[in-house]
Formats: sequence, C-alpha cells, structure tokens
Amino acid sequence: MTTSQQKMFAPLHTLRRAIPGLMLATSLSLQAADYPTASVNTTGLSITETTVTVGQLHSATGTMAISETGSIQAEQLAIDQINAMGGVLGRQIKVIPEDGASDWPTFAEKAKKLLVNDKVATVFGCWTSASRKAVLPVFEKENGLLYYPTFYEGLEQSKNVIYTGQEATQQILAGLDWIAKEKSAKTFYLIGSDYIWPRTSAKIARKHIENKLGGKVVGEEFYALGHTQFGSLINKIKLKKPDVIYAIIVGGSNVSFYKQLKAAGITGENTTLITISVTEDEALGIGGENLVGFYSAMKYFQSLDNANNLAFVKAFKAKYGEKSVIGDVTQAGYLGPWLWKAAVEKAGSFDVDKVTAASPGLELTTAPEGYVKLHPNHHLWSKLRIGQWKTDGQVKVLYESALIEPDPFPKGYQ
Amino acid sequence: MKTLFDRVFGGKHGLTSLAVLALILLAILPLSLDIFRLNLVGKYLTYAFVGVGLVLLWGKAGVLSLGQGVFFGLGGYCMAMFLKLEASDPISTKIQSTPGIPDFMDWNQLKALPAFWEPFHSFPFASAAVLVVPALLAFVIGLAMFKRRVGGVYFAVITQAVALIVSLAIDGNQGYTGGRNGITDLRTLLGHDIRSQQAQYVLYFTTCVLLIGVILLLQWMLSGKMGKILLAMRDREDRVRFSGYDVSAYKVFIFSLAAALSGIGGALFVLQVGFISPSLVGIVPSIEMVIFTAVGGKLSLYGAVYGALLVNTGKSLFSENFPQLWLFMMGGLFIAVVVLFPNGVAGIWQNLTDKTSRWFAARRKAPATAPAVEVNVPVSLETETSKTP
Repeated sequence: MTTSQQKMFAPLHTLRRAIPGLMLATSLSLQAADYPTASVNTTGLSITETTVTVGQLHSATGTMAISETGSIQAEQLAIDQINAMGGVLGRQIKVIPEDGASDWPTFAEKAKKLLVNDKVATVFGCWTSASRKAVLPVFEKENGLLYYPTFYEGLEQSKNVIYTGQEATQQILAGLDWIAKEKSAKTFYLIGSDYIWPRTSAKIARKHIENKLGGKVVGEEFYALGHTQFGSLINKIKLKKPDVIYAIIVGGSNVSFYKQLKAAGITGENTTLITISVTEDEALGIGGENLVGFYSAMKYFQSLDNANNLAFVKAFKAKYGEKSVIGDVTQAGYLGPWLWKAAVEKAGSFDVDKVTAASPGLELTTAPEGYVKLHPNHHLWSKLRIGQWKTDGQVKVLYESALIEPDPFPKGYQ
Repeated sequence: MKTLFDRVFGGKHGLTSLAVLALILLAILPLSLDIFRLNLVGKYLTYAFVGVGLVLLWGKAGVLSLGQGVFFGLGGYCMAMFLKLEASDPISTKIQSTPGIPDFMDWNQLKALPAFWEPFHSFPFASAAVLVVPALLAFVIGLAMFKRRVGGVYFAVITQAVALIVSLAIDGNQGYTGGRNGITDLRTLLGHDIRSQQAQYVLYFTTCVLLIGVILLLQWMLSGKMGKILLAMRDREDRVRFSGYDVSAYKVFIFSLAAALSGIGGALFVLQVGFISPSLVGIVPSIEMVIFTAVGGKLSLYGAVYGALLVNTGKSLFSENFPQLWLFMMGGLFIAVVVLFPNGVAGIWQNLTDKTSRWFAARRKAPATAPAVEVNVPVSLETETSKTP
C-alpha cells in the first residue's frame, strides 16, 4: 500500500509560501491552494492537494480495548470537527486506523507500517506505557510524530512524542498538598498495582509526603495487575488507621478493591481516600455507589463547568450516545488532533521536524479542560482538579490548582 | 541402509520440500517484498522455530506443551539483556542517577547492576545462554514430570501453569527484568545498528538459513532410531517401555531440544523486533504457537514453517484491512483448518502429492489387467494421523 500521491506536484509559483505572518492572520480560512503540496511536504508524507493522511493506533481488541475506546472516539470526534472546519492547511484529514490488539509487538509492527508504508503525517495513539515504550524506538528511527494521551509516569521525553496527558508530578503533588491541608493529614497508606506507573507515582508521593509535607507513609503495597483479593490489605488498613489512603490501583482490580472496601465498612463517610487512577470510565465499572465520598485527582472531569467543556460533552454525546462518559484520558486524546493542527498551521508545513519545532509554546484556549500550553519538553501545562465522587458516577469538583509546569524528570523525586 | 544424504534431506520427496521452501524464503519473498514486509516475515519465521520444536514434541513424540512461549521468551530475554547492556553505556545514560545501568533499573532505584546481569556483557555467554537457559528449565521440568510419568492433558496443564508463573515472575520483578514494559529500546549488536535496513536484510537471511539448518538437522535425527522410538512412544508408550527403552529420558531430551530451538527463535525475534516483554512469555502466545503448528500440520517440519507464516500473515493483513472484524476472520481460519484439514497445510500438500502419484501409478498400471485393487501399502508411520491429543 505504498502511496505515490506525494509525488503530485503543485503549481510552481509559490510566492506566498514563506510569509508566516500572513498564514497566522488567515489561519481560519486556509486554502490548500495557498500551500502547494511540494512546499508543505518535503519529506514524502502521504499528502495530496486535498487530503492529509494520519494514523490512529490503539487497541480496538483485547484487554485494553475497553480503556482505549474513549481515546479512539475522542480523536475521531476532533478530526471530524477539524474536517468540518475546512481541515488542516486546506486539506481534509484521512485516518488510517490500526489495531494494536493490546499486544506490544503488534503495536511496534503497526507503528512501523503507518510510518514506513503509509507515510502518515502523524499518529494519534497508544495508551499503556508498555505500548508507548514498544513504539518509541520506531518513531525515533523513522522520525514519526506521536500524540500520546495517557497520564503516565514521566521519566521520558522524546522529540517524536507529544504527551497530552499529565506526567506523574502534575497529578500527584498538588493533590497531596490539598488533601494534607484540607484534612490535616499526617499519615498516608500507598496502594498500587505492580508496574512502572504506580511504582513511580508512589515513589514521588512518598518523597513529597516525607520531605515536603512532613508526613509519614505508614504502609506501601503493590499488587499484581488483575489482583482481586484485598482482604488482608483491608485488615492492615484498619490496623494502621492512616489519615489518607492513596490508591493507584488500575484496571479490573479497581472493581474488587472498592467493592471490598465498602463491604468492610471503609467508605467516603469515615475515610479519606484519594486516587489518581479512577476516571469516569473506571467509575462506570466500579459503580458510583462504591465510590461515593472518595476523591480523584485529575486534570479533567466530565462535570467541569465551562463553555468549552459543555460544547465538547454535547458533541461527544451527540456522536456516541447519551450514555457515554468522558474520562481524563479521553479528553487528552481529544487535544491531540487540535494541537497537531495548531502546530502544522504555525509551521506552515507537515514536515515532522517543522511541526515539532513549532510545537513549544502553542496554546489551546478551546480545550475542554480550559487552557493548555505546550512546554518545550513536549508535555502540557495543565491544572489539577480534585473531584469528589457522587452516586451517579460523576464528581463534584472541589478544587482547581493554578497551571502546573510539566517536569518529567523531577529533581528531588527520583 | 539410508545414506547420510538421504537422512538429512529426506530423499527425493524431502528434497522437493526443501527446494520449495528455500525458493520461497530466499528468492521469492526477498525479491517481491519491501524491507518492512520482509522484516515482518523474518519475525514470523522466529515463531517457526517454536513450531518445528512443537512438531517434534507434539506431532512426533505425542507430548503437547502449552508453555513453549516460556522458552521463546527466555531465549529472547537472554539476547535482550546483552543488547540492553550494550545500549546502556555510561555516556548515553548520563542523565540517569546511576549512569551505566539499564534505564528501567534506574527508574526502580537500583544503584548497581544485579549480579546475574553481569555475565551478559559477554556476547558468547549471551549466545550460549539463549540455548542453555531454556533447555535447562525444560530439563528440570521434564525430569520432574516425565520421570513420574505425567503426560497428556496433565502435562499440558502444568506447562501452561509454568507459562503463567514465569510471565508473572518477570512482570513482578521490574527492577531486574523491566516488568510489564519489558526490555525496550535495543539499538546495536556488537556495534552494528540492528534497526538499519541493511541489518534487517542480514537478520532475515540469518533467520532463514538457521531455520533451514534446524529442519535438516531434525530430519537427520528423526530418520534414525530416535525417530522410530518417538513415533512408537507416541502410539504405544507402554510397549516401548516394556521393550527396555527409557521413555522418560527420550521425552526429557526432546522437550529440552524443543526448548532450545524456541530459545533461538526468541533471540532472533528480539534482534528483529527490537524489544521483549512478558506478554511474549505468557499463556496466550504459548497457545498461539500451538495454533501455528496445528494450522501448518503437526506432523510436518515444513508445515510448521508454513503455519507460522500463514497465520501471522493473516493476522497482519486482516487486522490492517478489517480493524473491526479481523479476530472473527482469524477464528474462522482456525476452525476451517481444523475441521476441513486436520493435518493442516502439510496435510493438504500430502493429499495432493499422494493423489497425483496414485494417479500416475494408476495410469502406468492401466494397461495391465488388475483393475481396482488399491495398492496403498507405503503408509509410513509419518502419514498416519496421530491419535494423541
């Protein structure tokens, strides 16, 4: 499936191509004719006078499909909206969807296929850290561009990746500060699933609790992914009586964890629990009644009350049904295509090097989460919100931080 | 008495199979595919190493293992450890708090390289480990199982448990193994960039040549006494035992050999794909590898290669063209093969060649008087359908 479309040459007179000021001024009504393919695509990407091809690489099947579906939908929604507005540099976005099938070698294979065979201008995709780690060398080798939506552990910064979710410190520090102040908390119990993201997050949380808040970590436990028996853990919690339970349990384990807590009488009424791993998507599986009163720390909640978000939620529900819910990662997925569009238009080119060079400093005032700005380290400045769970599986937003600078390699936390 | 030539190449029939495979792998595919697709074929062929091991184990000796992914993975990890150490020189890891150790160790607050990683600085050691580590584990499991005469379904279940245990053990010790993410971002082998096109060609041809070499070696082995005993064991284990042969010793040997072959496949996989993770060690890949073998035909060494190629090509093409439907199509393919062609692709081939040769034989005999006496004597043990699971 090699495309030879990029060989179609544009008219020769391209006088206007190098006037950046003009491009920005007219950025709402960009015409493809102003941007001949030969000038906006010097690296042989799959771009014609009327279309630009991008890839989408998530798990549509396998164990991760349930989590990644939200990102797939949000990215597709953003692309539809951009196309309805006239596309990017006057070109309609054409998507090649690929299924990573929850299998990391498959992710690497498909990433290579998208970059080498399909010559896509960018890829929106991946969800788990493992899948990102698997495709990263491919993107770096083939000089592709990936928009990655999930909040993750940090400790990474690639010139070929734009991270639209939070790195760990953005999600952890402000939340701990808030809970320590609000609840005068001194003792913390850290609980997580056993892989790199919860482990790194717990490490950062511990350092912050011990060094900055003067508190104490009274317990730290990790469980294999898919673990469902939390009886002994609950006994330990009852014994240690921590002021705060800090939970980083992911996936299916979440459901048993919160149900068993409730069955053991540990509820939002008598216990402070804050988690960085439960979004509206997980709440759907856990059930709002098992979460009532507990807190989540995220940059986005579906219930955010601002004009951008109301429009986003409305459009999302119109496309995917009234019952669909939107979690943090889904919103971060939605940002990807918009950030890419902004970067391409600022660069006046689809070339990956020019797009990444134009990315730092980009602002998005239309983001559902409010306002975001791209840092030179390829992560987003973002706010942190604390939400308290209600029975309907939505949160009441109690706190909103100032914009937090992304810092994937935090000093003093490693 | 068969000559060495006959034993290695399997006579005229075997020579044709070999020529066809060599033609496809060494000429047709490299000439018709771009490097991206060829690299994928190279990846599929690494599964064929597990496949030929399974033919030996399951088809010939009647021992079904649902844990071959473990040995594939261990071979892969041995190679990945060497490559990761080569990629983690102090200069390229200088932003870490402890430069010179693999990045995931640094993230897990390890301050020094664990002792069991040390020998993997040496390429000869790592290469030997690719064979020895899987074989050793198989030897231990095999000794424990076969000496106690555990077989059939029980053995299959135990190997599956082993697959789960090993993948969980790798997953749970992320400071030492890279955990769920696995060992990623492997760049060079002895200074040569393994991600370059040229290296991918070299690795592809290396894989082909090794695979063909392994097949010839196994043909030689199976054409001797070993092959007869394995088949006899499969069909009437007790009679072999009563004849004075140590059945368990043969089984342990075959199991270890299949494991070592899987290890080679794993190492070549890592070189071509550039990473390894516990998802390649667990139950699902182990069962998938059995499916490749079933599709190819569990009695045929060549069939295992075609099975791995066919299933994985199907997987890639179906999932590229029908992202929503591809799993159903794969399921359909498996069911169709098992129902219609119980001996897999190799069975179809066998049927065809049998029919044509019978047809030729019939024509030659036609002038003679004896009309419809089916002369179907040869039926070597090989072509008989196995009754074992």
